[in-house]
Amino acid sequence: MPVITTEKDGKSNSNIVEVETATIRFAGDSGDGIQLTGTQFTNTSAFFGNDISTLPDFPAEIRAPAGSLPGVSGFQINFSSRDIRTPGDQPNALVAMNPAALKVHLSDLKSGGIIIANSDSFGRLNLRKAGYKTNPLEDGTLGSYRLIPIPLTELNSSALKDVDLPKKDADRCKNFFALGITYWLYERSLEPTLGWIKTKFKKNQKILEANTLALRAGYNYADTIELFTTHYRVRTAELSPGRYRNITGNEATAFGFIAASQMAKRPLFYASYPITPASDILHELSQHKNFGIRTFQAEDEIAAIGAAIGASFAGHLGLTGTSGPGVSLKSEAIGLAVMTELPVVVANIQRGGPSTGLPTKTEQADLLQAMFGRNGECPAAIVAPDTPAGCFSMAFEAFRLAIQFMTPVFFLSDGYLANGAEPWKIPLVKDLPNIAVDFRTDPEGFQPYLRDEKTLSRPWAIPGTPGLEHRIGGLEKQHLTGDVSYNSENHDFMVRLRAEKIRKIANFIPDVEVFGESEGELLVVGWGSTYGAITSAVESMQEEGISVSSIHLRYLNPFPRNLGDILSRFRKVLVPELNLGQLLMVLRARYLVDAVGFNKVRGLPFKISELKVKIRELV
Amino acid sequence: MSDQDNQGQKVSAALQLRRQDFVSDQEVRWCPGCGDYSILAQTQKTLPELNIPRENFVFVSGIGCSSRFPYYVNTYGFHGIHGRAPTLATGIKASRPELSVWVITGDGDALSIGGNHFMHTIRRNLDINIILFNNRIYGLTKGQYSPTSEFGKKTKSTPIGSIDYPINPLCIAISNEATFVARSIDVDVKHLSSVLTQAAQHKGVSFVEVFQNCNIYNDGAFKHFAKREFRDDRTISLEHGKPLIFGKNRDKGIRMNGLNLEVVDLGNGVSESELLVHDVYSPEPHLANMLARMDYPDFPVPIGLFRSLAKPTYDELMEAQIQDAISRRGKGDLEKLLNAGDVWVVE
Repeated sequence: MPVITTEKDGKSNSNIVEVETATIRFAGDSGDGIQLTGTQFTNTSAFFGNDISTLPDFPAEIRAPAGSLPGVSGFQINFSSRDIRTPGDQPNALVAMNPAALKVHLSDLKSGGIIIANSDSFGRLNLRKAGYKTNPLEDGTLGSYRLIPIPLTELNSSALKDVDLPKKDADRCKNFFALGITYWLYERSLEPTLGWIKTKFKKNQKILEANTLALRAGYNYADTIELFTTHYRVRTAELSPGRYRNITGNEATAFGFIAASQMAKRPLFYASYPITPASDILHELSQHKNFGIRTFQAEDEIAAIGAAIGASFAGHLGLTGTSGPGVSLKSEAIGLAVMTELPVVVANIQRGGPSTGLPTKTEQADLLQAMFGRNGECPAAIVAPDTPAGCFSMAFEAFRLAIQFMTPVFFLSDGYLANGAEPWKIPLVKDLPNIAVDFRTDPEGFQPYLRDEKTLSRPWAIPGTPGLEHRIGGLEKQHLTGDVSYNSENHDFMVRLRAEKIRKIANFIPDVEVFGESEGELLVVGWGSTYGAITSAVESMQEEGISVSSIHLRYLNPFPRNLGDILSRFRKVLVPELNLGQLLMVLRARYLVDAVGFNKVRGLPFKISELKVKIRELV
Repeated sequence: MSDQDNQGQKVSAALQLRRQDFVSDQEVRWCPGCGDYSILAQTQKTLPELNIPRENFVFVSGIGCSSRFPYYVNTYGFHGIHGRAPTLATGIKASRPELSVWVITGDGDALSIGGNHFMHTIRRNLDINIILFNNRIYGLTKGQYSPTSEFGKKTKSTPIGSIDYPINPLCIAISNEATFVARSIDVDVKHLSSVLTQAAQHKGVSFVEVFQNCNIYNDGAFKHFAKREFRDDRTISLEHGKPLIFGKNRDKGIRMNGLNLEVVDLGNGVSESELLVHDVYSPEPHLANMLARMDYPDFPVPIGLFRSLAKPTYDELMEAQIQDAISRRGKGDLEKLLNAGDVWVVE
């Protein structure tokens, strides 16, 4: 890692190495509090003023057998004094709470990286469960790393010996002990976590006391014992002035929908069925009933979208959230929303597929499903956020488009964005755009399928409005009257009209911006969560003088108006995707451009390094 | 209920709605002789008397001959997808509880593909009216058997007889704790109109099964008890508080024999006082369920109101939670929400 300075620490006997960026990964048994530990480190670092980016990595099972490989849960944080966009290609430090965690994560650790291992859990049974024949902490195989075995369980126990807690509960505080050690290692303040413990456990004094003691004890242990010859300093980053908070993609998504509801002055109706990784959106929205948000946990995915469509018909903002398998179930109903031209937003927090796939791993393989996954010619608009904080503005956009064009809109996020965190510059409400909602009220000349000249949208005429009584449904509609029609010319006309309506959205969305020169040797095109890795890789290559630029699409149907022109200005086009080439297929078909893909389907985001290798190959 | 009545008095003076106001401009396309015409006519006769502004009605349907219904009524309507009308109705009613929401469905739409939503919407006691046109066949797709078709029925998809055991829609409704369960027959127009009115007035989910004759694919399915010459002897009209008596001469009755129902001849040493007295308000579903299972030839086919309970509705509970949240925390403040949690300032 780029070292800025090294100096002797006056207080302890170690060196302080200042680095620009550091990446730490916590790993242990699920149920060991790894996610909590990682989140605390993240919040502390963000509060301190580093730019941060996270990658939680959970197993699908609620609790796999203790000590087993499938039960390992991980959390990686990249924190920096400069603007960073990814959780880091490789950790510099790995905290392994058991042998299975070490087994699963060691290969990712940078050579020479730090391993903090809980030596107490490296007994015969755990070693066997992890597939180790000998103890790696003792057999010399970890010679190329800076190995620091610590008897965490025992140390934690003795730190808590005066607290009146059963052993099992006291042991569970060892993750705070480990956290305390890492706080010392990276010069983090204890205050934010101490404050959090005080609030979170105020109803349970013993746990409050135990966690506080464990955290302090870990910190003091690292400080006193001179475990580390070096500790690290990562200065605050230069973020632009404003108010900030940490936010995960799912939180930002929920807030974006709430904001749209407020600016449109229409109540939100969220209907959903619990599914990983979307369930948190339901949890978050159900807490805000005082915003008039009605949340409905439906009996299944189809009931969820049915209710959302019904709510939109009635004049609320119908919204449903799910993952890939849920979109499959909702397909017929989405078709109904397209035919009845109602404003409904379908949020797909994508995960590894196909079928049940990998519920807790990220992927972006549902793009073609969003574009084409319905019977007939059935277009829907598609937007996709690019960062966790970016979920806010694209969720808002989804409703702006849904309402203005009276159409279903897909919001394509993914598991990595959903659970990843970064600092978010909180927008001022006065700066948020208004969303105009003009319900039809005048019966004079009303027809359910009249068209707005500019947008081709039909009127939003809701039940309860006198004189506008009408019927809509899934059968083909006659132009203007909206009556059921089987007429052949009319059907051809209406299919084309619905397609044209979606195409016209291009006149109301921003052009895509090029990162780098507007023409050159290679253009890298991405969508969704690959933004961070692609942009960082491209930036790094640009600094080497390579002729490469990138664009990132947040509007996928329709595409921005200037896309075709941009594609034509580069000799080669590369489309890195976490699928087998879906955007690639559409770009090639639509723009007749001989683009190539870089495709990875491992349930993990791209690394900056692997993108750089690919770019180098092409230029 | 009383609120609606008071509202109704004010509204009815101004409304003066007539049957004609509920007739749409669409040509009705059911087969001549279809039982649906009768149900449509009784509905259009009943709606003006409910004292609800026409613009507040929403008719939601799925797929099937029954589900063409909304096109023929001049109110807001949604012809949805097969089996999913209750889901659309849930979104409509839960977001706008002031609307009068009707689900028009059939035996296939509600009990086959729609079984799941049928069950859950009833369980939630959403304040809507679900009218199920039971013709014991799939009419629109031209003659396959349905979940209510008799065992052994020969149809296009079961040429040597159906091996499916049928189900009774009333029993499903009762087992899902429906708070209003009723049945009528397409040809008994006065009875039908009365049942529809009671269904509309009930606060909570109102389930009505209507025996409907499909004269093309399953003609005469109910003839054996619904035909005028048989009706008095082979059906029983349930009335709350009255003993269960039927027959043209009102000479037959129903009483309990242990845990089972038994038909008895009155006068043969059997007096009226031994008969079962109907109670629609019984909190337990046992009576309603037993009566619902009565079928010809062992028993008269029951029509009328089986059960009517008062219970908070899903839509009112949802609305109450919203209002409660607002009164406790104040109306949502977006600025506060976005800035909640650990915020730090960069100068």
